[in-house]
Amino acid sequence: MSALLETCHLTREFGGLRAIGDLSIAVKRGEILGIIGPNGAGKTTLFNLLTGIYPPSYGDILFDGRSITGLQPSRIARLGMARTFQNIRLFRQLSVLENVRIAYDSGLACSPLDAMLRSPWALLRERESVEASMELLEMFQLGSHVEDRAGDLSYGAQRRLEIVRALALKPTLLLLDEPAAGMNPSEAMQLTDFLRWVHDKFSLTIVLIEHHMQMVMALCDRIEVIEFGVRIAGGKPEDVKADPRVIEAYLGTEGELP
Amino acid sequence: MKYLAQQAINALQLGSIYALIALGYSMVYGVLTMINFAHGDVFMLGAFFCLLLIAIVPVPFWLALIVVMGATAVLGTLIERFAYRPLRNAPRVSAIITALGCGLVIQNTTLGISPYARPMPHLLDNVTYQFSGITITTLQIIIIGVSVGLMIVLDFLIRKTSFGMAMRAIASDRATVSLLGVPANQVIAVTFALGAALGGAAGLLYGMAYPVVSAAMGITVGWKAFVAAVIGGIGNMRGAVLGAFLLGAVEVMTVAVLPSTYRDLIAYSLLLLILIFKPHGLLGKPALHKA
Repeated sequence: MSALLETCHLTREFGGLRAIGDLSIAVKRGEILGIIGPNGAGKTTLFNLLTGIYPPSYGDILFDGRSITGLQPSRIARLGMARTFQNIRLFRQLSVLENVRIAYDSGLACSPLDAMLRSPWALLRERESVEASMELLEMFQLGSHVEDRAGDLSYGAQRRLEIVRALALKPTLLLLDEPAAGMNPSEAMQLTDFLRWVHDKFSLTIVLIEHHMQMVMALCDRIEVIEFGVRIAGGKPEDVKADPRVIEAYLGTEGELP
Repeated sequence: MKYLAQQAINALQLGSIYALIALGYSMVYGVLTMINFAHGDVFMLGAFFCLLLIAIVPVPFWLALIVVMGATAVLGTLIERFAYRPLRNAPRVSAIITALGCGLVIQNTTLGISPYARPMPHLLDNVTYQFSGITITTLQIIIIGVSVGLMIVLDFLIRKTSFGMAMRAIASDRATVSLLGVPANQVIAVTFALGAALGGAAGLLYGMAYPVVSAAMGITVGWKAFVAAVIGGIGNMRGAVLGAFLLGAVEVMTVAVLPSTYRDLIAYSLLLLILIFKPHGLLGKPALHKA
């Protein structure tokens, strides 16, 4: 009923390869949905379709009740869909503050005349953007690094900055692509608490791709499992964990999830 | 000493014009890692637009400058939209050939309409000032002043505004910029417009300083500015300006001591020499590609 995001028969083919096949899933407003599946299952392709990086071969995507199929990525982002990447993709040469401000200022980035003339309106907006970005950065313990180059931050700080940058878009939906990649179990559990806090604090809906099973089980309200681009199971974490099809997809025929 | 100071003023004049053009090459390379080979011809058209304008209405210099910059900005945007954007994801060679083709089309269209070089009429009362034996003209002051002014505005724009941030971000990762809500295509279009406007301004100023305007200017002068951008480190704005003033100085000093036919030989030898020791140019950094 109150689905924030819905895919209807979403299909994407690359040449002869079907990366996503007839996928219909719904993300409810306010939930944290986990998407799991073996490597190459099409999870990141799904994110790329949702954010408009490439159009679906077939099917439709509804965001907040309207079709966003075929829209430009920048349009979709400004409608309130933000994402992070499996391999961190910060603007390494730019300062930490600039990384955040780009997202905050998006949509008004192409009025150089306005900025050149230093209109009171432009100055006001600039101050707003700096203040709001600083506030976010301080909230995430990055306040003392605002002038540093983003590429010089520690790995953990870069991961945090990527989330701050996504939040600067003021999204309603946050897509996280393997946020725990490269983390040890205790760091991953810290990240779990952190993401739950972010979710509550910013009243977000989150879709999470993750291989770190403990984290997925602890964090997600619901899980969808895909393999070869097709949904094979879904439901509450404990049900999914016990589902024989999921166990098979992950471990072959016999075995048990951690 | 006096002689040297005099030559320095001439070098600044030539360097300023090179710098305005070189910035256009460097900006476009910065966002798209593409050499806009048509840029020299946009510079050339700047001078022709000015000729055309004052043939229709005799406007004062400032107005001519604004109109010419506006016209070349529109031209730059059109070139980007219809010639380069469709090839954005095509192999690099196709984009280069398209850029060369655009340049040749502009150049030969101009040649068709105006087969002979034309004199540029005076737009200003050119007064000559004397300071303890060194002469400087109104024209030189205006050329250097306008160029430096435009460069300062551009530097501010790139470093301090949200447009500039978006431009620098596109240079480092275009796909991610779009995912943060920035309309990358518009930012790229504006980058072309700005570069072309600076090139147009340079065309007008060059026409006033060396008052013969011809369709070949895009190659004889425009390519020199490209050399300047490469010497400075293409993609780096301050490098483009540095390279331009350096090239201007070398050319003026060459002509001062050697026959003027040696000028291009020395200029291009300098390019080769600098690139042997600094392959990325004076201020350029080795390209950082994603692993």
